[in-house]
Amino acid sequence: MRYRKYPFIVGFLILPVGLYVALVIWPYLQTFGYSLTDWNGESQAMHFVGLRNYGQLFDDPVFRTALWHNVLLLVFLPLVTILLALFFAFMLNVGGRGGTSGVTGVRGSSFYRVVFFFPQVLSVGILAVLFDSVYRPDGSGLVNGVLVKLGLEDPNHPFLWLSSPSASLWCILSVLVWSNVGFYLVLFSAAMQSIPRDIYEAALLDGAGRAGTFFRITLPLLWDSVQTAWVYLAILAMDAFALVSTLTPGTGFGGGPDHHSEVLSTYFMRNFQFFGKSGYACAMGVVLLLVTLVISIAMLRVTRRERIEY
Amino acid sequence: MIFEHGLPPDTLSRRRFLLGSALAAAAAAAGAGGLSGCAAGGGGGGSSSSSAAKSKSNPFGVDSSAPLEMVIFDGGFGSDYAKHFETLYSKEFPDAKLSMTATQQITGVLQPRFNAGNPPDLVDDSGAQQIKLDVLYGNGQLADLGPLLDAPSVDDPNTKVRDTLMPGTVAAGTYGNSMYDLQYVYTAFGLWYSKSLFAKHGWTVPTTWDDWIKQAAEIKAAGIAPFAFQGKYPYYMLVPIMDLAAKHGGVETLVAVDNLEPNAWKSDPVKQAVEAIYEIVARNYYLPGTQGMTHIQSQTAWNNGRAAWIPCGSWLENEQLKATPAGFDMAFAPMPSLSGDKLPQTAIRAGANEPFIVPAKARNVPGGMEMMRLMLSKAGSVAFAQVAHSLTVVKNAVGPNVQLLPGTRSANAAVQTSGASTFYWYYPSWYAQLETDLENATGELMAGRMKPADWMNACQAAADKTAKDSSIKKFKRSASLI
Repeated sequence: MRYRKYPFIVGFLILPVGLYVALVIWPYLQTFGYSLTDWNGESQAMHFVGLRNYGQLFDDPVFRTALWHNVLLLVFLPLVTILLALFFAFMLNVGGRGGTSGVTGVRGSSFYRVVFFFPQVLSVGILAVLFDSVYRPDGSGLVNGVLVKLGLEDPNHPFLWLSSPSASLWCILSVLVWSNVGFYLVLFSAAMQSIPRDIYEAALLDGAGRAGTFFRITLPLLWDSVQTAWVYLAILAMDAFALVSTLTPGTGFGGGPDHHSEVLSTYFMRNFQFFGKSGYACAMGVVLLLVTLVISIAMLRVTRRERIEY
Repeated sequence: MIFEHGLPPDTLSRRRFLLGSALAAAAAAAGAGGLSGCAAGGGGGGSSSSSAAKSKSNPFGVDSSAPLEMVIFDGGFGSDYAKHFETLYSKEFPDAKLSMTATQQITGVLQPRFNAGNPPDLVDDSGAQQIKLDVLYGNGQLADLGPLLDAPSVDDPNTKVRDTLMPGTVAAGTYGNSMYDLQYVYTAFGLWYSKSLFAKHGWTVPTTWDDWIKQAAEIKAAGIAPFAFQGKYPYYMLVPIMDLAAKHGGVETLVAVDNLEPNAWKSDPVKQAVEAIYEIVARNYYLPGTQGMTHIQSQTAWNNGRAAWIPCGSWLENEQLKATPAGFDMAFAPMPSLSGDKLPQTAIRAGANEPFIVPAKARNVPGGMEMMRLMLSKAGSVAFAQVAHSLTVVKNAVGPNVQLLPGTRSANAAVQTSGASTFYWYYPSWYAQLETDLENATGELMAGRMKPADWMNACQAAADKTAKDSSIKKFKRSASLI
């Protein structure tokens, strides 16, 4: 039956691959094509300008700022999210010290599991409304309200959070972390469930503490999941469009105050839709694609390790 | 984040919609048109527009059976008024099939259709997702509305439509040598206060900036913040700054700034204006936290008596309908004078906005124009005033029999008083990127992170950048107030 194998495989793959090419690969190629023109997004009139858009990009201080902010997110978002998720997952699955019951989570772990997952089921729209109220710049905001009540803040000069140049981007980062930890917690929990209990029991018998168990057993055996999480979060960090455009101040997709929370996607959209510089925006999109690709490949390479079968 | 309102077309400083829904809508629209292979439009031009013989009662030669499609920005004016327009149209052409879409995602819904060459027949191109008019015009996507201006008006066939409009309407929609968009709503800009609050404290409305600042000290002493503003969107604060400058410098200043003349932003009137406004920041006369508030948050705080003044356009009352307490008695005041102003204190920035367009490639261009002619009738104008609580650009359309809310009444009176000294700025609608840069600088100014001198430098740099950029289409304003 060997000779029938290829038609069989091709038959299964032709539809998804066809769709992928039509809906993903082809638009990417188009974007590259447009990035070589002065297209302004509202008509079919365009002229070929070669690499001029790319030249302008690297002289554009706002673009460099936005790129830098994406890099900051790229470093901190995966790091903070994964560390928190790992810590929580460990505590919920094997962090308990139930005395006689062997390896368990901390008390109430099933309750925590549900609560931690809550943010994941909220749509970005809800998140935006929610955190708009959390970060509200006067005493009615959740954070400022608490700080004023505790006497840590002068009610006449409340901290502006999202409208503060020094805090705006970090506010966005914390929302991203808050909304993603729950998902990766569940992912890591599932992976931990598949680690044989007797490994943990053996470690316990050898007198390993929580930290030792975590670093010598849990983390090495979870490496595949961590790697996956890292790539996904890195891609998310290169985006961040929805939150920045809805929460931060500034005309046309936020990014304020004065570009202090600008990311590539918001600057891209503003050029594409408001400034009539769609060709220029497409060049930005191509750069964004390349950066994301390079980062994903690098992540996978750097974090490659031997697989452990159990 | 739910209440969009109709701001001037040059205003994008409003809450944006969520999660790139524009993109999602664009993708959906592209999908609906079949998998057109090309984002920049695979189709040819639009099909030719249907038409019939022209006559005095049908000046554009509308084909009475041709369908008419409208897309209305569902913002602060809502879209109910469009149903009243449809009724007027159906009276004339009972056989025409009418359809209307109300959306906040103008770009998302229409960009693919403009690209594919099958746009609707009439569009209210407004809101945060507005498709920039300069870009549409630059690509030949707008029908020339000259014939509309020269057509006989609905109420009096011996008067041209052109002669029934408020001054500045034609100029506001003019690109090149003709009018390409009909800015239908007439908006006045100034400061707003609560008459009942002022009466309670015995405060009068100051006419000079010095008095305004003196009074602000009194207001603050009474435990109320003198001034709230919509800090998250610095567009709002740029308005009073530039209006002080316009009143101080007159036509000269308007021309210099709008025409991107060198050092326009460093001229004395601009300097006086920005220094005056900066006093609010320097003396802490603002509502705490207002630099980061959305328009809804700050306006609602003002409605609740936490601040005495707020700057806004005359859409304010309609936007705050639900938040305004009974007996608030909203009122409008023109910007106070600086010493040595060229324009009287009663002069206000007022002008036509909320752009309605007929796409050049629409299937029923005559129908779109006829719909505009009906909108500009007294019946159309009254319907809009009653349903959307706003005045239109039709002169003297709203008779005494039409009930107006107090704020609208007060703004309307200010419009009448301002009369020939009414002025208007064009750079915000002409140069989108410049406006964005200016707003960024204004946000920094109002947060006290930039001093007036730095602000002028930043604005000048932004204007110079626009002037130098050959890819941006340039416009010239004439030496007049509007």
